[in-house]
Amino acid sequence: MAIVINGTNYPLPDDPRVSLLDFLRERLGLTGTKLGCNQGGCGACTVILDGTRVLSCLTLAVQADGRDVLTIEGLASDQSGLHPLQQAFIDHDGLQCGYCTPGQICSAVAMIGELRRGDPSYVTADLVEGPKGGLRQEIRERMSGNLCRCGAHNGIVAAIEQMLNGEAP
Amino acid sequence: MRSFDYRRAADRTEALSIAGEGRARYLGGGTNLVDLMRQNIEAPAALVDVSRLPDSIEETPTGGLIIGAAVSNSVVAVHPAVRTQYPMLSRALLAGASAQIRNMATIGGNILQRTRCAYFYDVAGSRCNKREPGAGCDAIDGHNRYHAIFGASERCIATHPSDMCVALAALDATVHLLGPGGEREVRLLDFHRLPGEHPEIETVLRPGELITAIELDPSAAAANSRYRKVRDRSSYAFALVSVAAGLEVVGGRIEDVRIALGGVAAKPWRAVRAEGLLRGQAPTRARFLEAADAELAAAKSFHGNAFKVELAKRTVAAVLGELTGADA
Repeated sequence: MAIVINGTNYPLPDDPRVSLLDFLRERLGLTGTKLGCNQGGCGACTVILDGTRVLSCLTLAVQADGRDVLTIEGLASDQSGLHPLQQAFIDHDGLQCGYCTPGQICSAVAMIGELRRGDPSYVTADLVEGPKGGLRQEIRERMSGNLCRCGAHNGIVAAIEQMLNGEAP
Repeated sequence: MRSFDYRRAADRTEALSIAGEGRARYLGGGTNLVDLMRQNIEAPAALVDVSRLPDSIEETPTGGLIIGAAVSNSVVAVHPAVRTQYPMLSRALLAGASAQIRNMATIGGNILQRTRCAYFYDVAGSRCNKREPGAGCDAIDGHNRYHAIFGASERCIATHPSDMCVALAALDATVHLLGPGGEREVRLLDFHRLPGEHPEIETVLRPGELITAIELDPSAAAANSRYRKVRDRSSYAFALVSVAAGLEVVGGRIEDVRIALGGVAAKPWRAVRAEGLLRGQAPTRARFLEAADAELAAAKSFHGNAFKVELAKRTVAAVLGELTGADA
């Protein structure tokens, strides 16, 4: 059993109790992904699994056998530097203490894909037509699984909006 | 978390045979079960991972849909046929949990999720008959803002937390099961049990049985339907009250109406009385309120949740109003 994390293959732990979060942090030293509530309530542990955002605290590592995981460590590159959304978070003060930030950014990267694909959300007026307008409201609804105890949500929404509008940082 | 064996099933037959070996639970997305295991509320000897079993959504010969139990909540919510033919289901799914959890959670797991009653979760400090039969219920005289107003018993007043199941109840969905004794079908409305003397028994599932699919029948009321969830914050919270409703009006009279309530009972609550009063009537706000009044007349509230009775009435009338264009 093996798992690919940020492009590198790793063997999975023998103990099925190990969560994907603990596997990343405690066994591989990838501490960018954060432990918040450890019960699916805060989103700090969000990673991207085969292209979709999931909570690593409620995922057993063995369940991710053969899958591809992208964490905050895999977003920036040596060649091009920070991911544009990371830069947008800096530009808009989308953080204060920074603890929820890796989860916010991983969540938002996948969320932008969902929005561009035309997936509706609970606040989308026309389910068939998909999201049109009301962008801030859409972002807030779609990011509701990521809590920020410092209250940097306005900056977070502005950063994601900048990314979606393709504005230069 | 106590130790357990983990096995991934290659197909349904293998899932059943592994589960038959001992005290096992089927594992879908794990968003509820893994959490309950971490709290030592659930302690299965083995997990049989069924999250990679076939996960298709297909049209049935009668124009309905059959949705595999392993399909994720997100995939069902955004499926074109669900959005157009069963909008209440799409909206109910989108109202549930967060995007991350919807991506993980399966349809089968959603049906089987357990109550979010705080006393059920508080292993160290609270009595709960659901967790420990005969222990008592601390919710009855405790903080019961989120608890039931229909179908509760002296043993338990917890609610079922699912949004999806409320829409499935209104749609009269069928649950497909496979067990050691073969295949069978159960109406979603008959799947969950009211607490009675045994709140620890929550469904009619038999030992070793696996949910394989849900099936939806097409109807004009399903295609003209909505879901509204009222909660303490605007997103990512369980329902205080929710309403799934569908309506077909022909020649100024209500031909077909489906109403189910969430957040009010240990199972999704089909508003049969209200539906009966509305069928054949003109769709007016006065009629909607009258029907909602009649349904809620049977409600029994507790000190913390009396507000739910009025809230449910108004939400039923408002959703029906939205569906007809009558002033809500």
